[in-house]
Amino acid sequence: MERIPVLKIGDTLLVSIQTDLHDQMVLALQEDLADRIAATGARGVLIDISGLEIVDSFAGRMLAAIAGISKILDAETVVVGMRPAVAITLVELGLSLNGIKTALDVERGLRLLS
Amino acid sequence: MTAQELPIHGDADVVRVRQAVRALAIEAKLSLVDQTKLVTAASELARNTLTYGGGGSATIERVENGTRAGVRALFHDDGPGIADLALALRDGYTSGGGLGLGLGGAKRLVDAFEIRSEPGRGTTVTVTKWAR
Repeated sequence: MERIPVLKIGDTLLVSIQTDLHDQMVLALQEDLADRIAATGARGVLIDISGLEIVDSFAGRMLAAIAGISKILDAETVVVGMRPAVAITLVELGLSLNGIKTALDVERGLRLLS
Repeated sequence: MTAQELPIHGDADVVRVRQAVRALAIEAKLSLVDQTKLVTAASELARNTLTYGGGGSATIERVENGTRAGVRALFHDDGPGIADLALALRDGYTSGGGLGLGLGGAKRLVDAFEIRSEPGRGTTVTVTKWAR
């Protein structure tokens, strides 16, 4: 199965989702991230979703779960790069992504975490 | 215009349905926001077919209404059906541990939404989105 790479930059783990998400990939990513946070002591997780053409309620729940898991492991999550059409659709769908910090791009996201 | 029937029996099928709906939405010249709304609705409904219906199929086609082009997608399963449709459409209601946004959310994202379901007789949901 294809896995989403997790990169480490300083105290931050960076994940860039560039492909249409299968459910199994999402679950593997949750586990990989939890393991990497515990192993590295990372304080921040940056998730770039600029490659995602849609975020449905499953993907939204996955992002919220990652943020929740990271928080318990003492790392903060910022989701960056959401496409404008995706943001419009998410709000109409009724998904508010409460509890998830967002930033426009990776640079601003890194600033939020520093 | 011929309809395409796509099976929904696993999560890779949900991804394939999304891609096929996206291709038709581009052909029908839906705006980027409308494409995104339709594909998101299709993703929710395909996942419902899989999770609650135990699998089924999606039938998708381009449609025309005078000068307007659009895309219609029908999701069908032979699962347990829905006893209380009004309740199932309400935001926050779920029988399967999800967020409960699937049906109601999908309805808000499209121009026309029709659902037929009876306990023991499966569920059919049809959605249509028109180009503006």
